[in-house]
This record gives sequence, structure tokens and C-alpha cells, in this order.
Amino acid sequence: MNTKVGRFQLFTTDHRRIAVRYLVLGLVAVVIGTLLSLVMRIHRVWPAVAFPFYGTLRPEDYLAVVTMHGTLMVFFVLTVVPQSAFPNLVLPGQIGAEQMAFPRLNAAAFWVTTASLVVLLAAFFAPQGAPISGWTSYPPLSAIAAAGPGQGTGMDLWLWSIALFCLAAIASSTNLLVTIVACRCRGMSWGRLPLTVWSWLVSSALTVLAFSVLLAAAALLLADRHLGTSYFLPSGEVVNGLVMRSGKGSPMLWLHLFWFFGHPEVYISILPGMGLASSLLANFTRRPVPGYRLMVGATILIGVLGLGVWGHHIFVSGMNPYAGTAFGLTTLAIAVPSSAEVLTWIGMLFRGRLQPTTPMLFALGFLSFFIAGGLTGPILAQPALDSYLHNTFFVVAHFHLVMAMAGVFSVFAGIYYWYPLLTGRRMNERLGQVHFWVSLVAAYGTFFPMHLAGLAGEPRHYAQLSGPVASFANLIPVERGITFSALLLATAQIVFLINVAWSARRGSPAGENPWRATTLEWSPFPHPIARGQAYSYGGSAERDFSPQWQETGAGPVFEGLKKAPSPSD
Amino acid sequence: MPATFTRHQAETERKDPGFGGKPPLDRRPTGGGGGDDNWDSRPSGRRGPRELLIRYRLGVFSGLAGDFVFFAVLVSAFFVRQTAGHIDASENYVSDWHPLSVPPILWINTAILLLSSVTMETARRQLFHEIDIMEEWLGLGRPAVRRAAPWLIATILLGCLFLAGQWIAWQQLAQQGLFFSTNPNSHFFYLVTGTHGFHLLLGLGALLFALIAMFRLKRVEMRQIAIDCTAWYWHAMGLFWIFIFALLTIQ
Repeated sequence: MNTKVGRFQLFTTDHRRIAVRYLVLGLVAVVIGTLLSLVMRIHRVWPAVAFPFYGTLRPEDYLAVVTMHGTLMVFFVLTVVPQSAFPNLVLPGQIGAEQMAFPRLNAAAFWVTTASLVVLLAAFFAPQGAPISGWTSYPPLSAIAAAGPGQGTGMDLWLWSIALFCLAAIASSTNLLVTIVACRCRGMSWGRLPLTVWSWLVSSALTVLAFSVLLAAAALLLADRHLGTSYFLPSGEVVNGLVMRSGKGSPMLWLHLFWFFGHPEVYISILPGMGLASSLLANFTRRPVPGYRLMVGATILIGVLGLGVWGHHIFVSGMNPYAGTAFGLTTLAIAVPSSAEVLTWIGMLFRGRLQPTTPMLFALGFLSFFIAGGLTGPILAQPALDSYLHNTFFVVAHFHLVMAMAGVFSVFAGIYYWYPLLTGRRMNERLGQVHFWVSLVAAYGTFFPMHLAGLAGEPRHYAQLSGPVASFANLIPVERGITFSALLLATAQIVFLINVAWSARRGSPAGENPWRATTLEWSPFPHPIARGQAYSYGGSAERDFSPQWQETGAGPVFEGLKKAPSPSD
Repeated sequence: MPATFTRHQAETERKDPGFGGKPPLDRRPTGGGGGDDNWDSRPSGRRGPRELLIRYRLGVFSGLAGDFVFFAVLVSAFFVRQTAGHIDASENYVSDWHPLSVPPILWINTAILLLSSVTMETARRQLFHEIDIMEEWLGLGRPAVRRAAPWLIATILLGCLFLAGQWIAWQQLAQQGLFFSTNPNSHFFYLVTGTHGFHLLLGLGALLFALIAMFRLKRVEMRQIAIDCTAWYWHAMGLFWIFIFALLTIQ
């Protein structure tokens, strides 16, 4: 375990420092994204409130806030942290490699990601402000500068930011893929990889494919905006009273391309969390993961099926209904490997000795949100039901539970769990418990009532519920409750930030292997050899685990290359 | 005097290359310290001369997979636009898709690009010619580099020729009055050939880098990597071009 902190280097290639930088980047994005979400929540129930430094929100400002909130959270939080920060922190450790395969490429990817965030945030200061077409940026709204405020420079900045992000994501995932394939230590066969590493393998492959599609789509959209092409522009579009030139392009093409990226993106965010949940549940129930091969197979299957379900986002867009049925079926099929994983996790909770530490609580929170949000997936996957629920708050509730909250809780689990690797200290347990319980209750309080609002037909993307036609006036009490809950949820995160800062200096010293874990990132040796399965928990009461770096059978600890691995390798 | 070392079995069985020097073999025993001779068991980064090569190759393949998807998206945009006609009130199929006959020079360009792949592959193989590489590894000269350099230069010239040919093709289209913004098909033609041309420019940069790198890099394996990765990239661009050309010609 290496906890030394050296001199600050701007262009460091050390993966652990890069991980810390990614975490800081994610923190910046999540703070801004959360503040934007609070602005939305407050505006929905008190439309007349004047925000400090800004004033009252106009409807187009609300759309700009929606766009930036979604973009920041999806790309710079839910992709960057699970798919870039965590692997940089522990992936080389878990496979027993000293370094990433391409340290300089890895460092470059971080700086391009940073540039991408800067470009995105610059959209706030563009003339007419940030873009308003949502994080999905459907044309023609996104293709014509005159289509709305923020659709000029703001939209261009958004597109350039996304293009940069795609390049960085492809580079960083290439590095991860090669590291996993080619840099594993001696004895680390495929069957011994921790499930987190399998998750990163699948999510990195998805990243390379999906982000290339988004990059191409962004390039085509930029061509439509500036080179006079019309890949996405239909003919006879009327914008601001002017009939636009004949286009005959297809906005549907963007929808297909975007969601061909967009759906794998969901798995890019959540697969690392699933792998982490498996590891943490094994560790804190002191039982091996049952059906390791099943879990690996399910992870791969989710990745493969995830490439074929994008159509369920666009059932009501005018797509051929038969295609809708096909996409509905593939989406239901993906519930099978997901359920296999969930049932395995639930099975691990029985007969295991549950240790309710903070990382475990957050892993359980992840499980809870994954189930609660996942169960509405098969409902939305049916074209008939979706035609009613599409673009209602039911969808918002679904993806905020299954992607956002599950993703964020797995991120918290990871931070509480791996914090000793960075600081040599544990995070404060009592603050952690407070953080967890308040976050859990407030997250359900925020997102669960949205199902009811959605079933009542409340649409997304509407700035206000009141107005001349108060159709949804009876939902205002629900909305108010959601807003209070969201404020509580955001406040609870202050406890977390205090904990992070406080524990760095004053946390209880963790020592080596504080969680009595088996995976190699906790190995005290610089060149470990994998000598056993990833999750060898259980056994005698006094020694209920055998780390991967140790000879099975609790023999003496070996270091270096002195002894050959057992013939069963 | 007792023998200071015994020859390994592999050494005595090996055929003599005929000019004295006996290059070390892969999977040699590790001397007196024990241990096994499997290089894969060593820590990452010390697994022999091909380790880095394989790593870089995997990286290039991963990037090329993404690039392939990128081109696939452009092609899908082409198909969507091509079939974007509609049936009007009097049941006529109305389409604004104007078929574009590709300039014949593209056939010559295609042949040139294929030829450049052959020269590239020849150059690449020089760097994996075992006897030559051993000589380079021992620091006895750079025969592999010397043999590869002309082929590499030929590839660069053919690559430039291809790009010049593409430029002429654009000129010919422009003389027919077909510019980027003329019709949807010409959008696509310029976009896809332009994107491919941009990739080839990057490839030419890589080739120049590899050419300089061969003479400047100190480690043999890095010279191999420079050539090998450039070669795979170049071949992939040739393959992409065949798909694109087929698409443009058959449409």
C-alpha cells in the first residue's frame, strides 16, 4: 500500500494522482450540477423566487439549466468517476500492475476531459447563455442557431465540449482495455480477476464503441450547423416565423445515433458500480461471490445486449411500431442478466455475517436503488405503456433512481471503501452513517414521488406547473415535498465533504488492509502474485479470508518471484 | 580448467546462422538464480521484447475499432439520406437524391492505396526479420532499418500520390459543378472522402514519424513499434477506403 504524497507535478503520469484529479473534476461537476438541480426544484414550486446574482428564472433559462444539469451529471460525474477516477485509483493495483499500459495517454485523457469541462461551463457565459435542447440535443432545435436562445454559441460550445469528451473517453478506455488485457500480474488469470475489473473491461469496450458514435454524430451536427449540410434537418422547418431551407434530412437519424451511444452510456456508468457492489457484498458478508462465472457472464451479456436496446428511448418518435416491439423485447431480455446479478446479491445477504460499515451501507443503498429503479425499466420497455409515460416524470423517476442514485451511491461506497488507500486513514464511521441514512431517505423522498407525478401525466421539461391553465395544480403539494427532499439530499452531502476533509488528518489510522479484503489493491507488496481466487472469504473463525497475494491455506506470506505458482494456475 | 558455463540444449540444437554471431533466444534459462524461464510470469513491463509491442498493437486496434464505428456512422447517415424520398399525393416517389458518378481517377487512387499497403507491409516485415533484428539488438548496425527505409519512403510517396489523386477527383467534381453544398449526395461524397483523407494525413504524419524514429530511437523494440503500429493503421485505412469506394461506386 503506497500512501506517500510527493511533489506536485502538473503533468504527472502517476495513475493515482490522476485518479485524485478526476475525483476533484467530478466534485466540481457534481457541485455545479446539484446547485442547478436545486434551482430547477425551487423554480418549479416558487416560480417568482429571485436567485442571488441572477434574478428570476425565465422559461428558457429553466431549459438551459436542465441541459447543463443533465450534461454535467451524465458525462462529468456518472461517467468520469466510475469509469475514469476509480480505475485510475485501483485498477492497476487490482491486477497487480505497477502502471497503466499507456501512462502518458492516460494523463492526456485527463487534461482533455478538463478542457471539455471548461468548454462546457463556458457555455454559461456565451451570448444568450447555455443551450436549451437538453442533454440529448435533438435536432432541429439543436441544429439551427436561430431556434432559441443559447442555440447559437452556447450550442456550439456544447458540441465541442462533447467532442472533446468523446476523444478523452476513447483514449482513456483504450488505456484501460490494454491495461486489463496485457498488464495483469503473474497468476492473475481471467478467472481470478475481481468483478470490478470485469466491469471495467466491458464498460471500456462499450465506451470505445459508443463514444465513437457520439463523436461522429456531433461532427455531423456541427456540419449541419456550419457547413450547410442537412443530415438532421427536415425540409420546410419553420423557425421564428422563417421557413428554413429545404433539408430533407432526418431528425430521426440523430435520435438513433444519439441513443446508440446513450443507452450503452447507462451501462458505462452503472457496470463499475455493479462490480463494486459484488466485491463489497462479498467483503462485508465475509462470503465468496456465489457463481463468479455467472456474474462475469451476466456482466458481458449486459454489455452486449446494451448495444441493441437503444430504440426504447424513442418509441413515440415516429419509429416503425414493429421496430418498437423488437426493441421492447431486447430491453426485456436485458432484465434477465440484471436480475441474475440482483438475485445473487440478495442471496449473498442471507447466511452471510453482515457488517454494516459505511461502504457496505452504501453498497446496500446501491442495491436498493438498482432494484427500485430497475423495476420500472420493464414497464417503460413496453411501447404501449411508454406511449403514455414517455416524457413524464415517471421516466425522470426511473433513471434518477436506477442510474443517478444507484450510480452515486456506488461512487460513495467506492470512496468510503478506498479512502484508506489514498490517505492511510478511514473515514469517520459515525458521520458516514449519518450521511448514508439522510441521503437514503432524502433520495427516495425526492425521486419516488416523481413516479406518482408521472402517472398523473406531469410532463418533463416544463418550467412551471401554475399558469393560466392550472392542469397540474393538485400536484403542487407533491412537487413541494420533492423540493424539500432535494434540499435535504443536497445538504446531507455537506456531511460527506466535512468527513472527507476531516478524516484526511484526523481519521483513525487504517493500517494495512483495513477491510480485511482479498483483492490485490490492498496487497502490501510492490510486485504481488495472484495466488488464489478473488473472493476467498469464509473458512475458520479467526482467519475468515485468504488474500489473493497469499498462498491458499493461510501459509506464510511470499514476496517477489521466489516461488512458482501452484500447478493449478 | 573447468567449464565456466554449459550450453543450453536450445543453443546446441539451434541451426547456426552461418556468420558467427549467435543471438540470444527467447525463453532462455535464467542462469543460476533458479526460477522458471516463462517470461509471462515476470512483472508487467519485464516480459521480454514483444511485450510493449503487443501492448501498443492492442491500443491501436482499440482506437481503430472506435474509428471503424465512426466511419460506420457516416455510412449509415448516407443510407438514411439516400432513402429519404417520399410518395406524393399522386403516388409518385419523390426523391432529391442525385446519383453521383465517381470520377474514374478514383480507380487509380484505389490501386495506389492498395499498392502502398503492400510496400508498408514489406517495410514492416523488415523490422521483424529475426537475424537482422538480432544484429540491431546487439548494436552491430541497423540492417533492418536500412532495408525498411526505402519501402517506408515508397509508402509515403504513394500516400501523397493518393491524396493528390483525391484532390484531382475533387477538382473534377467541382468542374462538373458539384461542390460540397450542391446536393445531399455531394455533401456525403466530400464528407466521407474528406474524413478519410484527413485520416490519411494523420497516417502520413505517422509514417514520417516512423521514418525518423527508425534512425533516432535507441531501443530496437521502439523502432519495431513505430513501424508496426503505423502499418496496422495504414492497412486499416486501406480497408476503410475499399468499403467507402464500394459504397460510392455502387450506390
